[in-house]
Amino acid sequence: VTDPRLFAVCGVVLFGMGLYEVVVAGHLVRRLIALNLMSAGVFLVLVTLGSSSGGPTPGVSSGGPTPGVSSGGPTPGSPGDPVPHAMVLTGLVVSISATALGLTLVRRLHAETGHAQLPDVPTDMP
Amino acid sequence: VTVDAVAALLIVLPAAAAVTAFAAGGRSGAPLAIAVSVAQLGLVAALAASVLAHGAQVVQVGGWGAPLGIDLRVDGLGVLLLAAVAVVGAGVTAYAAAYFDAPGSRSAGRAFWPLWLLQLTAFDATFLSGDLFNLYVTLELLTLSAVGMIGLAGEVRALAAAVRYLVVTLAGSLLYLLGVALTYGAYGTVDWGAVAALSQPDAIGRSALALMTVGLIVKTALFPMHFWLPPAHAEAPAPVSAVLSGLVLKASLFILLRVWFFAFPAVTSLRGGQLLAGLGAAAVLWGSIQAVRQHRAKRIIAYSTVAQIGYLFLVFALAEGDAPTLAWRGTLYLAASHACAKAAAFLAVGTLARQVGTDEIAQWRGIAREAPVSVFALGLAGVTLSGLPPSGGFVAKWLLLQSAASDGQWGLALVPLVGGLLAAVYVLRVVEVTLSRPAAEEVRCEPAPAVMRWVPLALALAAIAFGVVTTEPLQLLDIGSPFAGLQEPAW
Repeated sequence: VTDPRLFAVCGVVLFGMGLYEVVVAGHLVRRLIALNLMSAGVFLVLVTLGSSSGGPTPGVSSGGPTPGVSSGGPTPGSPGDPVPHAMVLTGLVVSISATALGLTLVRRLHAETGHAQLPDVPTDMP
Repeated sequence: VTVDAVAALLIVLPAAAAVTAFAAGGRSGAPLAIAVSVAQLGLVAALAASVLAHGAQVVQVGGWGAPLGIDLRVDGLGVLLLAAVAVVGAGVTAYAAAYFDAPGSRSAGRAFWPLWLLQLTAFDATFLSGDLFNLYVTLELLTLSAVGMIGLAGEVRALAAAVRYLVVTLAGSLLYLLGVALTYGAYGTVDWGAVAALSQPDAIGRSALALMTVGLIVKTALFPMHFWLPPAHAEAPAPVSAVLSGLVLKASLFILLRVWFFAFPAVTSLRGGQLLAGLGAAAVLWGSIQAVRQHRAKRIIAYSTVAQIGYLFLVFALAEGDAPTLAWRGTLYLAASHACAKAAAFLAVGTLARQVGTDEIAQWRGIAREAPVSVFALGLAGVTLSGLPPSGGFVAKWLLLQSAASDGQWGLALVPLVGGLLAAVYVLRVVEVTLSRPAAEEVRCEPAPAVMRWVPLALALAAIAFGVVTTEPLQLLDIGSPFAGLQEPAW
């Protein structure tokens, strides 16, 4: 069985590649794609850490009602834990909305200026 | 009415109004927003009264407790910022109703109202949230509605500022989200009350804290990550600038305070805190100097925000010292009074720019005679920004100064003094121009609606009132404070 931590490391590498491209890319569509790469990396980390037996102490053991544990169902960190999946789904919705908004703005900018780059490097000059 | 109902209404009411305003379109936005703003003032007052009487509370939404459900948490920190949102929000709503009623602004106005109501939803949800992942969602709601509002003007400069803001803050949010993912992987929960009990200063705890911190300081525009702020805040329409500078930055700062002092108190280190405070001190100096050098009024106020954000980061070093309570109070006092004063300054400048037709201050010679109320509001806001008595800014800086002095951190104690001096310079520079003798006989100054003249003054007075009425806000701040050592938090 492959160590799930390998996937988490892949996720972090994807995230880093995306972050690098967001910083250095000029074309705005490239930057939006790079942002999506970053999201993909985070989602990979979430899913794999959620499905590894990973965490030292599940949070639920700190007290309070623990419906999942008492009924013998999935616990945080177990393969069946649905919480990270719910987080990824929520994150996907946010990511798609943000990308759509970004593309709309880039199209407007392209229509107004004829290119899809930020016009100037912001400086602190008056 | 129970706290549960009040907290739920605070989130559901503006959300429902936002959807209604979007679906109904036309002129329905302004009346809906006015109704929501009035209701919000009442709901926040009820929440504050309840917290003052019964202390910090946990609201289990729908009866599902954590870890299965998502809890809301009501404490002094959250309620103080909710109050700032309610007061500034009501002012901005009234101002915007007049601002977007002018011919030429009506189409932007139709787009403004649903976004503004969504933004109010995001604020209320942020300041009530007890869950690190939920905070990510509210932060994104805030970001996306803010991006839309920055681009409202539709000009190239506004569009570029909106795109830059979107790219930078999305990257910041994703850094934060990666930190949340590591937190869940390590501890199996994202409820910050539960994380606090489990987090340890090991590799994964430190990585999670570092990722969240970097992501949030990008969103809060802490020097040197402030480069996106001046264009975004200066190109947006005046009511939007007021919200961006006064409130939006406080939301990401609030999350950073939650992460640093509530979720990961075991992981934070003095060196990390000193680094943040050092960047804050640099922000105060750099932002103030740049503000003095600008020649457009909106850019002056925008750089003033870069500077004022710096003060709010001194707490990260001072909290490790001998007088953390003073630093905690001073920081939040500054956050709330700066929200009122900065909104007042941006709205007053917006009124003057609309009247003269430009915010180049060279064209503002002698307009004080034509627009005395707006100039007075700007000056009064400047009193809080430079921290002169009897304003809320003075109380805040006095608390920070005391905390730094009793800790022997004289370098940090100097920061509010120098920053205050520079703030007086950049505010007086604008006020002085408006008072000077005009070049021509006739000063070009169109009349402005009464609301646009008086709302900035009311907000500037609110910032002053913060310096006069101090007992209740300070009492509120100690409820659920991480430093109120004798009062154990209820959770």
